Amino acid sequence: MATTTAPPRPRKGRGLQLLTRRDKTVLTLMVGLPALLVGAVVWVPVVLTVVLSFTSWNGIGLPAASDWVGTQNFVDITTNYPPFWIAIRNNALWLVVFFLIATPLGMLMAVLLDRELKGSWFYRSALYMPVVLSLALAGFIWQLIYSRDQGLLNRVLGLESADRIDWYGDPDINIWAVLVIASWRHVGYIMLLYLAGLKSVDPALKEAASVDGASEVRTFFSVVFPTMAPINVVVLVITVIESLRAFDLVWVINGGRNGLEVIGALILSNIAGEASLVGFGSALATILILVSLVFIVIYMVNILREEKR
Amino acid sequence: MPTRPRSTDKLYLPSSGLRTPVARRSVLHGAMGAGAVGALAACGGDDAATDSASGGSAGAGATSLGSNKGDEVPRAAEDAMLAAFTEATGIEVEANVQDNETFQENINSYLQGTPQDTFTWFAGFRARFFDDQGFIGDITDVWDEIGDGFTDGFREASANGDKQILVPLYNYPWAMFYRKSLFEENGYEIPEDREAFVALCEQMQGDGLNPIALGDADGWPAMGTFDILNMRLNGYDFHIDLMAGDIDWDTAEVRRVFEEWATLLPFHQPDPVGRTWQDAAASLLQRESGMYLLGMFVGEQFPEGEDRDDLDFFNFPELDSSIGSGAIDAPIDGYMMTANPENEEAAKELLAFIGSAEAGDIYIATNPTNIAAHNDADTSAYSELQLKAAELIGNAENIAQFLDRDTRPDFASTVVIPTLQTFLQNPDDIDRVVSDLQAGKERLFTGEA
Repeated sequence: MATTTAPPRPRKGRGLQLLTRRDKTVLTLMVGLPALLVGAVVWVPVVLTVVLSFTSWNGIGLPAASDWVGTQNFVDITTNYPPFWIAIRNNALWLVVFFLIATPLGMLMAVLLDRELKGSWFYRSALYMPVVLSLALAGFIWQLIYSRDQGLLNRVLGLESADRIDWYGDPDINIWAVLVIASWRHVGYIMLLYLAGLKSVDPALKEAASVDGASEVRTFFSVVFPTMAPINVVVLVITVIESLRAFDLVWVINGGRNGLEVIGALILSNIAGEASLVGFGSALATILILVSLVFIVIYMVNILREEKR
Repeated sequence: MPTRPRSTDKLYLPSSGLRTPVARRSVLHGAMGAGAVGALAACGGDDAATDSASGGSAGAGATSLGSNKGDEVPRAAEDAMLAAFTEATGIEVEANVQDNETFQENINSYLQGTPQDTFTWFAGFRARFFDDQGFIGDITDVWDEIGDGFTDGFREASANGDKQILVPLYNYPWAMFYRKSLFEENGYEIPEDREAFVALCEQMQGDGLNPIALGDADGWPAMGTFDILNMRLNGYDFHIDLMAGDIDWDTAEVRRVFEEWATLLPFHQPDPVGRTWQDAAASLLQRESGMYLLGMFVGEQFPEGEDRDDLDFFNFPELDSSIGSGAIDAPIDGYMMTANPENEEAAKELLAFIGSAEAGDIYIATNPTNIAAHNDADTSAYSELQLKAAELIGNAENIAQFLDRDTRPDFASTVVIPTLQTFLQNPDDIDRVVSDLQAGKERLFTGEA
C-alpha cells in the first residue's frame, strides 16, 4: 500500500531523542500523575460499578461468588421495576425542556444584557441569584409557592379547597412544577456562561455586519453565533450534563417518588439506607453511564472531526 | 430515606421541664467527658467512680453505646438513664450520639465498622435482619435475668428464633387521634364497628369537616393505614406472614384491603401525597379534620396546655366481626449488643439495667411521649393520654411493629412506599397496585429461607 512505501517518519523518533532525561521524567510525571488520578477516582469506580451491577451484593461484607446474578438486575429493572421507565421519561423530559426552553432563554438573556443596558448589573444578579442558592433551599422556597393548602400560587389563582392544585403531589403535574424550578436556575447559569463568551467576541465583527446593513437578529445568527462555536459546545454539554444528573431537587422535594422519579434519585434510594441494594443500584448507575457514554461519544466524534479539519 | 421523625419526643414536656433537661444535659456532658478520661485511666485502678458504686458489682469498667437519640429531649432522657446506670454499677458508658436519621441511614456501614458495644435499635424484623447478617450479640442470658419484667409480646418482638437480641425500653401506639372538645360539641360517638365508623365519617362530612386527616409526603404514614386495615380485615397472623414474604401480595385478601381503603379514601384529606404528616396534624389541630390515624407522636404538633390536653384517641374500630380489633401497631424501641463488644460483661450489665423498671421510669420521666415497656413501670406520673395508651397496648391481643419494621427494609422503602403513593393517587387501579407489590416482593424476597 502507498503508506508502507512512504519514507520512514524520522521526526517522531528524533523529537524524542531531543528530550533530555529530565524532560522525560517531567513529562512522565505530568502526564502520568493526572492519568493515575483520573484512573483512580473515575475509572476504577466506574468499572467497579459495572461489575457490581451483575451482583446482588447488599453492601455487607465483601461481595461473594454467590452474589453473582448475571444480568438479572437489568432484566428486573426493565421488566419488573415500574419507577424505571418513568425515570427515563423524566430525564428525557428534563433534557428536552432544558434544550428547547431553558438554554435558549438563558442565551437570549445574555444577548440582551450584553447591550450595556442601564442597570444591567441588577438584572444579571437577579437572574444569577438562583444559581447561588443551594437546591435544598430552592426546593424550600418553591414549597412556599407550590404548597397545596398554604401556597402562594393556589392563592393567587384563587382556587378553593377541592379545586386547589397539588403542585408537588400530583404525579401528572409535579414534574412540570419541578422543571420550572430547574429552569429558573438553569437560565441564570447559561446566561452567565454565555455573557462571558459574548464579551470575547470582537466588536469589530458586529460593527462590520451593521455597516453591511444586517439586522440585529441577522447579525447574531450569522456572525456572533458561529464565532461563539466553542462556547456553544460548552453550553450544550452543560445542558446535557445538568439533565442527566438531575437529582438534588427531586430528592429534596419527595425523595424522587410519585411522578418525580429520575435515574439519579432511584440510584440513591436503592443504594443508601438500611438494607442497601448495592447491586441493583449499581445496575441503574450502569444504565446512566451507558446513556452518558452515548453523549460523550457524539461529543468526542465532533471534537475529533473538527481537529482534523 | 423515610424514617419516622422522632423529634416527636419533644412532646408533653412541661415548660419548666424544658429547662431541666438542658441543664442536666450540660452537667452530664461534663460527667461523660470525665467518664471518657476515667475509661482511659481505668487500667490504672478504680477512681472516684467506684465510690458511688454501691455494692461494687463485678463488671466495673467501661462500655460504650451508639445512640440515635440526637434530639434534645430523647438525648436528655437517655443521658439521665445512663447516669443512673453509672451511679448504680460504677461502669462508665461512653455514648456516641447521632441524629436519628443519620444513624439509621448509616446503620450498615456503622455495624461493619467499629461499632460501640451497644446501640439503639428497633424490635421486630428490622432487628432480626441485622442479626441474620451476623452483626448482633446474643443476650439470651440477660433475658434470663430481666425476662419476667416483660410480656411475651415484648419477648417475641425482641427475639430471633431462640436467641434474644434486643432489650425493649419503650413503645407507643398507633390509633385514631381526635379532639375531645370537637367530639363533644358535635355529639360524635366513638365508633365500635365499620357501620358506626362510616356513619361518623359521613356525619363529619355533613358538618363540613374533613373526617380523616392524611399526609403521606414522607411515604411512611400510609403504611400505618395499610397495617391497620390489613390487620382488621385479615388478622394479625396474615399480616405478619405477608410482611415476612410468606404470602403473595396479589391475593384476594390483599386486594380486599385496597378495595376497603379505596371506599374509605373519600373520607380522607384529598391529595395526601403532597402533604407532610405535620400539615395533616395541623388540620386536626385547627378543627378542619375530625380524626387522624397516627402514632402517639402526633401530639408533638399540639401546643402544650389546652390543645394538648384536648387530644385523645380511640382504637381503630373492627371492620370484620370475626377478626375483631385486637391487633394494633405499637413500635418498640430498644437497645442491642454488637457481635464483638470490647467489654461484653459491662455491655450486658448495661442492657440488664435498661431492661429494669427503674431505667424505663427514668427515661419516661424526661421523655413522656412514650410508654415504658417494663411491666412494673411506675405509671403514677403518666398523663391521661399515656395511661390510656398503656391500657390500649396492655389489652391488645397482638402487637405489630409497623410495616417498615415488620418487613425487609429494602422492600418497605423501594417498593411499598412508591406503590402506596401511586394507590393514593389512583385508587381505582388496584390490579396495578397489587401486581407492583407482588413484582417487588418476588424480586427482593428471592433466595431467602
